[in-house]
Amino acid sequence: MSDSKRRDFLKATAGVAAGAALGGGSALWPADSAAAEYKLTPEKGAKLRLLRWKRFVEGDEKLWMENTKKFTEKTGIPVQVDNESWEDVRPKAAVAANIGSGPDLILGWLDDPFQYTDKLVDVTDLANYLGAKYGGWYDICRTYGMHGKRWMSIPVGIVGNAIVYRDSHVKAAGFDGIPKDSAGFLKLCQALKAKGTPAGFAFGHAVGDGNAWCNWLLWQQGGKLVDAHNNVVINSPETIAALEYAKEIYETFIPGTLSWGDPSNNKAFLGGQISLTANGISIYYVAKQSPDPQMKAMAEDIQHARFPIGPVGKPTEFNLFTQMMIFKYSKYPNAAREYLRFMMEGDQYNPWMKAAIGYVSQPLKAYAANPMWTDDPKATPYRDDAAVTLSDGYAGTLGYASAAVMADYVVVDMFASVVSGAKSPKDAAALAEKQALRYYKV
Amino acid sequence: MTAGAAAAGGPVRSRGARGFARALDNRNLLGLLFMLPAAALLLVFLTYPLGLGIWLGFTDTKIGRAGHWVGLANYLYLAGDAVARLSVFNTIVYTVVASTVKFALGLWLALLLNEKLPFKSLLRAIVLLPFIVPTALSAIAFWWIYDAQFSVISWMLVRLGWIHQYIDFLGDPWLARMSTIIANIWRGVPFVAICLLAGLQTISPSYYEAASLDGASSWQKFRYVTMPLLTPIIAVVMTFSVLFTFTDFQLIYVLTRGGPANATHLMATLSFQRAIPGGALGEGAALAVAMIPFLLAAILFSYFGLQRRAWQQGGDA
Repeated sequence: MSDSKRRDFLKATAGVAAGAALGGGSALWPADSAAAEYKLTPEKGAKLRLLRWKRFVEGDEKLWMENTKKFTEKTGIPVQVDNESWEDVRPKAAVAANIGSGPDLILGWLDDPFQYTDKLVDVTDLANYLGAKYGGWYDICRTYGMHGKRWMSIPVGIVGNAIVYRDSHVKAAGFDGIPKDSAGFLKLCQALKAKGTPAGFAFGHAVGDGNAWCNWLLWQQGGKLVDAHNNVVINSPETIAALEYAKEIYETFIPGTLSWGDPSNNKAFLGGQISLTANGISIYYVAKQSPDPQMKAMAEDIQHARFPIGPVGKPTEFNLFTQMMIFKYSKYPNAAREYLRFMMEGDQYNPWMKAAIGYVSQPLKAYAANPMWTDDPKATPYRDDAAVTLSDGYAGTLGYASAAVMADYVVVDMFASVVSGAKSPKDAAALAEKQALRYYKV
Repeated sequence: MTAGAAAAGGPVRSRGARGFARALDNRNLLGLLFMLPAAALLLVFLTYPLGLGIWLGFTDTKIGRAGHWVGLANYLYLAGDAVARLSVFNTIVYTVVASTVKFALGLWLALLLNEKLPFKSLLRAIVLLPFIVPTALSAIAFWWIYDAQFSVISWMLVRLGWIHQYIDFLGDPWLARMSTIIANIWRGVPFVAICLLAGLQTISPSYYEAASLDGASSWQKFRYVTMPLLTPIIAVVMTFSVLFTFTDFQLIYVLTRGGPANATHLMATLSFQRAIPGGALGEGAALAVAMIPFLLAAILFSYFGLQRRAWQQGGDA
């Protein structure tokens, strides 16, 4: 790391480091005096079944199971944990809600709770308790977790995206880092292409990466699918501008990103084919853990940054959000609440988040002071996911329509059809409008 | 059973038992009883889901909430939906091209394997391999073969100096369609080939001897002996082949998820996408039900078109 970089970094993180130092000790975050007492008696003979998404990084599952074991030892409540591929959890949760039978707890995604609001156990007291004890929830947690005035799920974290790049390649292209504005970002991508070390972002049906990238593209120019009242406003000059921007930046990408799925950019980056993309921390993690010296050298060279800010003048990022739901059909709602509380308490949550090495970031503000975010400065950009991320239903409310539009790749396909040259920006925006109207009229 | 006993009219147990035994002598009743388990299975596992699917197609059911009857609204919407129409088009292209090529290649392979070859059984076993490998696995292999950055085909061609840029197998709409079709063909040919081979072996050599005596050329033997006798098998095999191809899901789901920009979405994959991740159960069901007429048409075509012609041309049927 160069001197100037180190200084920048120290400046940027000084506040957090100070916070961590203050909070030090094993019980890192002593209960706030205002924290409400929260006591529940689990049902007699309770046993729980949890369905969660299959880990992306090993440490996550290891610590999760260790924490669960601790819970069972303390309370005598056995917890069976089932893992499913992350994309399969959403339909399974929906079916469980629909037929009224299945796991007591599900670790779900994004707007899942809004699909079946009345089938979920109220967790308002628990959310208030945790919020009061751990520095409050980030706003995005209210967006995803609350229905009206009541909490229907407990946010567990953000599985965040950030710009992942090869520092030496960006420097060779004449840039000192990732430009803060989207216009500068385009210039960087052009320079990277000229140097033969191009960028690459997914335009295929990649549930995570495609949506994260394309929503940013749309939002940074001020375009959005719906306004605050869920009126479809996608067919706008801002959207056209975003589509034009996408066309220009797509020119600079490595060929083939129209077919990219979620794993494609990881492979291409680690294979040395691209020098800039957006991803979770997993690319860095793989490179760092690899015994191969070449990979180790790449890990040294990898840097992370937040997405640039577009003409709209504020961060417009989209990250995956995960939360735990208790279903009303569960025979042991109190035991389930107790399990949730236990897993979210600092003594369990902090080691778990650390073990996930930045793949999951905190929903509760106090946990931002976890030293893991600064021990390896390369993890720091992921720390602030919850503070900057917008919801998948932006700028409207979440519900059936927001989920359906995302599942149908309305935004991703709008961009893909323009950058591939199949449609003009005007036609693509008009088609997206038509598709979105179908879902939002419900 | 109780009906049978009641019909025998005996209130006394021994008379009832006798009546039951007599009822079992009735061929019709016995036949009915024997069919009951099969009928129950069909009813529970085929008729009920099919009926439910058709019913869902007429409702606006969402995952997690009950729906209301909306009549043909789903179908009307789908008819006007550019993506749904594209998926119908894709499905037809996919089925027609893949089935035709699978038939041609399969027949060719079957004819070759029917010749006297060294290591015949070994060769036949090898031909079956693509069919044995689980689709999800072979799809992943193709996913690597078609990868935009790591494709072995592109790599080879670039090394040979034939091309200068990696081929965008799954990124260009028509290339993507063709790439998925080729993967489907690779997987489907063995089924066609082995079935046709079985058909070829039922043809008595005496027909060929007779044809030889009449001075028929190889082509004439194929055209006037093999083809007519093979047609009933072809009809059955191709019906299955078309059905499998039309309802393909795994290959597309692994390779492209329907991308780029829905260029490879089949009706089956789009139906899943809308119904399960998208939550629109009713609409997804409607799209799935919309596949039925196509499938029926394929079955009727093979039944009336191919089978009947075989009888008319006077096999031994």
